[in-house]
Amino acid sequence: MGDEGLLQVRDISKSFGGVKAVKDVSLSLIKGEILGIIGPNGSGKTTLVNLITGFVKPDAGEVLFKDRKITGLQAHKIANLGITRTFQIMRPYHSLSAFKNLIVPLNSPRVRRTTGGRLGDRDAVAMDILEEIGFERDAYVPYKTASSLPLGYLKRLELARCIAMRPEIIICDEIFSGLSMAEIATMVPVLEKLEMEGITIMMIEHRLRELFRLVNRVIVMNFGEVLAEGIPREVMERQDVREAYLGTEVDSVRD
Amino acid sequence: MVIEETRRKRLDRGIKVRTESLYALSTWREMAYMILPRLTLILGLFILPLVLSMYWQRVLCSAGIYALLALGFDFLAEYVGLVCLGGALFIGSGGYISGILNAYLDWPPMLTIPIATLGGSVISTLILLPCLRLRGIYFAIVSFMLPLLAVYIIIALNVFGGTEGISALDTFPNIWVEQYIILGAVIFSLFAIRRLVNKDIGLIFRGIMDNDQAVKASGINITSYKTKAVFIASIIGCFGGAYLSHLYSWLGISLFAMDFSIVPIAASVMGGMGTLVGPVVGAFILTPMSEALRGFGQLRVVLYCLILIGFIVYKPEGLMNYLQRKYHQFEYWERV
Ligand SMILES: Nc1ncnc2c1ncn2[C@@H]1O[C@H](COP(=O)(O)OP(=O)(O)OP(=O)(O)O)[C@@H](O)[C@H]1O
Ligand SMILES: [Mg+2]
Repeated sequence: MGDEGLLQVRDISKSFGGVKAVKDVSLSLIKGEILGIIGPNGSGKTTLVNLITGFVKPDAGEVLFKDRKITGLQAHKIANLGITRTFQIMRPYHSLSAFKNLIVPLNSPRVRRTTGGRLGDRDAVAMDILEEIGFERDAYVPYKTASSLPLGYLKRLELARCIAMRPEIIICDEIFSGLSMAEIATMVPVLEKLEMEGITIMMIEHRLRELFRLVNRVIVMNFGEVLAEGIPREVMERQDVREAYLGTEVDSVRD
Repeated sequence: MVIEETRRKRLDRGIKVRTESLYALSTWREMAYMILPRLTLILGLFILPLVLSMYWQRVLCSAGIYALLALGFDFLAEYVGLVCLGGALFIGSGGYISGILNAYLDWPPMLTIPIATLGGSVISTLILLPCLRLRGIYFAIVSFMLPLLAVYIIIALNVFGGTEGISALDTFPNIWVEQYIILGAVIFSLFAIRRLVNKDIGLIFRGIMDNDQAVKASGINITSYKTKAVFIASIIGCFGGAYLSHLYSWLGISLFAMDFSIVPIAASVMGGMGTLVGPVVGAFILTPMSEALRGFGQLRVVLYCLILIGFIVYKPEGLMNYLQRKYHQFEYWERV
């Protein structure tokens, strides 16, 4: 992968105690694409996200964003560069209402910079973002405290927090998990729209069927390593990938 | 046989919902509903000096200092997520700076108090800065230990009057100025903090409390915001300290006394954590109470503990949470 990679990960590794969570992983995220990352539980996907976004420091290797090294930068600095992420275990601000949750990213240096400090009414901007992502405007929902929101809305709120940052890259860590088909169906267009707007997306997902509708390239991780990479259909045909998944979900995708 | 079970339900009063948005205020009744509680507090505090005897006026002043500390404690604990037992640090640094400026340079209280408020809070914040990374109980412990450290340094180096302290500092012109300065400061800080917590910066503070990782992911430097929060609480506390040294006309190591770190907790628990006004009210109840029990000497600390335990066990929500609920909601029994 040469210079076309917006984000490049080079031989990155991380161990926790004796567990090698991520081993010599290299990959590159191409501007404008939606890249899928899949792999069985514990294969190091979330750790990879943490390494890229600065929440965990790597033992070795580096991450380049626009050919600039970002490893070692603090998490908030990386976020301000435009690399945002959702959390697999959702992290809303429980005591704040849904739209007030977005006031935090709207106050980030990045948003201040990109809007030249002229964002205007932040509450209104927050409402717009929530509406874009499927909260009913003027309904009671945006005013409810996050602690009382159902799972589907919390997942959306995670994504909304990223969108509020006006990011270049969004890394979604299992934003479909636990959602119904109907709920996923409302999120897919949101992601497609973000892609159309030129935002690069990396999606970690266990819901393969839904994921493969969005991505044209997928990376399979297993035991902290990249096992395979390519277009979904071909990757899923491979014997080693099928073995890693023990055939369970793969069969359902092939049908 | 049919057993009828009932369950208690609570519902916001209509008038509360209507007064929530400022534009919806239309009738006098609604205006009164909103303004009366605040007015009661403000007028109550300002009338108190007029009806109290000289002795209790003095008590009122020290209650005001504890109220400031309790307010800062509640703000940091419930709106930023930092349990800071640094009350003694704030009082000590504010008190020593203003006292020293007054004793050595002969500057008047009008000058020493503002300087000590600012200088003391800069120093307190700098001292607490390395501990800001610590979470929960660790921050509490370190903030509690630091004042002890200051005491031993002062004793060991025998500076600023050593164990004796420095006396005969300038006092306030009269008892009225003395009282209204501190009461004014309490009211002003209370309303300022209440505004602050709902502004964007306040929302970021609350975000840090709820989920600091998400705040980082939102591109915000949590250490810098925690520093700002501690600085705000320091300003309030150091003002109390600077005022105190002129009130007592004395500075000494007891400005770093444990009481300043502990009483605010008792006042907050009693008054209702997270209400901001509760801890202030709590301080104005607790301080006179402990004064009335002065004869018991150190047993007063036992009193604090008993009150603390009593409230935690029987009324963990505290006074103001209870009163606010009664004021804003009505209850009824619903058959289930
Ligand atoms: N902070 C940590 N401390 C210790 N071990 C960790 C830590 N984070 C991850 N691990 C370990 O690293 C390995 C990879 O975990 P990771 O969460 O990255 O997997 P994952 O692919 O995201 O799994 P899942 O699909 O269940 O989300 C696991 O064995 C996990 O136990
Ligand atoms: Mg994971």
